[in-house]
Amino acid sequence: MHLALFIIFGLMCLGGAANLLLQRHPINSALSLIVVMSSLAVLYLLLGAEFLALAQIIVYSGAIMVLFVFVIMLLNAGEEERTHGSRAAYLAGIPGVMALFAVLTSTFFTLRTSFGSARLGGFLVTTEDLSRVLFRNLLLPFEVASILILVAILGAVVLAGKER
Amino acid sequence: MAVPIAWYLILSAALFSIGVFAFLIKRNIITIFMSIELMLNAVNLAFVAFANHWHQVSGQIFVFFVMVVAAAEAAVGLAIIIAVYRSRETLNVDQINLMKL
Repeated sequence: MHLALFIIFGLMCLGGAANLLLQRHPINSALSLIVVMSSLAVLYLLLGAEFLALAQIIVYSGAIMVLFVFVIMLLNAGEEERTHGSRAAYLAGIPGVMALFAVLTSTFFTLRTSFGSARLGGFLVTTEDLSRVLFRNLLLPFEVASILILVAILGAVVLAGKER
Repeated sequence: MAVPIAWYLILSAALFSIGVFAFLIKRNIITIFMSIELMLNAVNLAFVAFANHWHQVSGQIFVFFVMVVAAAEAAVGLAIIIAVYRSRETLNVDQINLMKL
């Protein structure tokens, strides 16, 4: 069950990410990113993070992606132009990405026995557990985060507001 | 049947690499911004997988704060994109090469 769900939604994640890369129209990229984020929510649920799974759906695939789609439609963004970027990005970037992926994958693969495995329901963090840590031990960072959001709202209004 | 934590971490590494790759080759500023979001999501998956491995809640707290900062970043970033589009009339990053608006 766990393995089947992991394979299905893991492949959906990878497919969505690859589709984001291949599509030339930004709205198609945005929709495939929504697929990635929603399948990641299922993976969070498999790993026992039930609050984060819901927050992923509500905040990421809900709020943030609606903002993206809204801006794409507002700016009437069309197909991506086929221009060539900097040569350095191609010459150093693509082998760099390959090397990064190879290093990370080989590290995780060699350490796979010490990581163990995740069992369904083996470790479940309820909203109660999470909020106990958040509101008892980390109240100050939580309040600072709310001020950050407030400043971000003001900044967005000032930047995107009417031209003076 | 149990799934090894390493598989989740390898999936996270693959998503992060695709994000970096899209960041490098995409030419539309909105798509580049979306690939940054993809990288943040990949790191979040790694955090949740490690939280599961060590049976610690703090890994999930990290993800919570990453989500908060990502929401703030998306709002400000998209506002900047709108401001840039107003003055340049383009979304192609090759034509956006001056800091001055």
